Amino acid sequence: MDSAPIWVLAEPAEGTFTTTSLELLSHARGLSSEVAAITWGAGGALAAPAGEYGATTLYDVGDLGGALPGVPVAAAIAGLIERGGAPRAILIPSSYDGRDVAGRLSARLDRPVLTNATGLSDDGGLVTEHPVFGGSLLVRARFSAEGPGIVVVRAKSFSAEASGGAPASVVAAPPGELGTTNAAAIVAHHVEERTGPQLEEAAVVVSGGRGLGEAPAYSLIEELAGLLHGAAGASRAIVDAGWVPYSRQVGQTGKTVKPTVYIACGISGATQHMVGMKGSKNIVAVNKDPDAPIFQIADLGIVGDVHTVLPALIERLRAR
Amino acid sequence: MDIVVCVKQIPDPAAPQSFDGSNNLDRSGKLILDEADTYGVEMALQLVESTGGGEVSVVSMGSANDVSGVRSALAMGAARATVVSDESLRGSDALTTAKVLAAAIRRHPFDLVLAATESSDGYTGTMPVQLAELLSLPSVTFAKAVAIEGTTLRVQRQTELGYDEVTAPLPALVTLTAGVVEPRYASFKGIMAAKSKPIEVLSVADLGIGGPVGAAGAREAVVAIDAAEARQAGEKYVDEGDGAERIVAFLESIKVL
Repeated sequence: MDSAPIWVLAEPAEGTFTTTSLELLSHARGLSSEVAAITWGAGGALAAPAGEYGATTLYDVGDLGGALPGVPVAAAIAGLIERGGAPRAILIPSSYDGRDVAGRLSARLDRPVLTNATGLSDDGGLVTEHPVFGGSLLVRARFSAEGPGIVVVRAKSFSAEASGGAPASVVAAPPGELGTTNAAAIVAHHVEERTGPQLEEAAVVVSGGRGLGEAPAYSLIEELAGLLHGAAGASRAIVDAGWVPYSRQVGQTGKTVKPTVYIACGISGATQHMVGMKGSKNIVAVNKDPDAPIFQIADLGIVGDVHTVLPALIERLRAR
Repeated sequence: MDIVVCVKQIPDPAAPQSFDGSNNLDRSGKLILDEADTYGVEMALQLVESTGGGEVSVVSMGSANDVSGVRSALAMGAARATVVSDESLRGSDALTTAKVLAAAIRRHPFDLVLAATESSDGYTGTMPVQLAELLSLPSVTFAKAVAIEGTTLRVQRQTELGYDEVTAPLPALVTLTAGVVEPRYASFKGIMAAKSKPIEVLSVADLGIGGPVGAAGAREAVVAIDAAEARQAGEKYVDEGDGAERIVAFLESIKVL
């Protein structure tokens, strides 16, 4: 195994790291004997989970004082590289803040980024995998110039497995002086009411598309998801139409989900959507159009109107 | 308030996609304005109206042989366009694209730069933040609402749990999620007016960009392109009142119920 270090951006979340961060730490262990995590906010308190998932060092950027993480965290990573040398690669979760850090860091270091990676292996050099054209093709890519390469990895690409390592040693990594680029500040958090699991973590995902006809019909999707203890998702078409927020979008420009079962309702199956859900263990599709591409990947396809099938399904589930 | 909107002309997403001989997305067919960019154009027009005037311009990198996509943005109401077009830019990665757009944007004063969270063809999703860093601007990404109060930007930024209220001083860069405003349809008058609106076409030399660009400047290489494992279609039934029952039985068979 290579001893050149691999750094992982580990986003803090409620006393530990986000699931995608843990997935990246777990996978990095297999690529390097020296894995470091970079985090902020809670910092030192996360030495235990960082070590448990394989990091020997935890770089702590510290309290961001309300700033969005992109600028200060990228500056801190650039500072570490200037002072102590570059890692072999920097792995970053494909999240809102992760993508900010990746973009800032890339421009700051003048180093390339490979995004939407779903695989990373060592083949005499790091090779990334990227599904394209609706997941029908798999592109393998590598960095062709001086590192460190920055790789932005989608959720659920690897499994999170604890290694039982000792707590990581914590090293302060302050961002330094930043000026006006760091002037974007969070003034309030708004938590929208949500019951049930997060989209990327749910064992059951029920998604709605244009076939629902109109925005209020999305309540059928939410009700069905609730009855199955799952999460509600959406196709790009209804996000673009403003029916539901971007955080619900499943697909190439949205989230990747791999639930036990994915129930696609009124979704035709554009390549843009398929790439985000074809890794599901089981797929059920309900669509009026018998030729909808979604049926080509569905384990169970119901050619029918979502406005009759879904209420009937909801009634049956309620009666159980 | 002068607002620059980054736009991209892309192959029609409804048409089948393929790679060209250099493993780049085949862009030889008809190009259209990325729908993801129409939200930025609309938002810019609304913000300029609400803040009492100014100019909306669009900037794009790509072939200048077909600028009908850029004209669509002008038909919506943008005043002028800059297109950086150069054979040497073919195969550029996101960081090179950001360098090119930064150089083009620096040529005129501006208060705000808007972009989509990602393009609908390459969907790399890092270019706008790279651009902000190169222009030394604060950035607020994944915006679902944008307001200007004097010289302060107020944004609702999408989060996993809801949204954050974020403020930043102008000038700044904002990326917009889809669906946050309803893009206007170009009127007949708008389409006619767009024909005479200025489209400035610039080369790499015009922008004075040093260092290699295009495929020569990209520091990523494709190792292989293979067919992914295909999924098999399962059973398909026409609903005859038994659709819900079949779904319940299936969910029981996989022990979800």
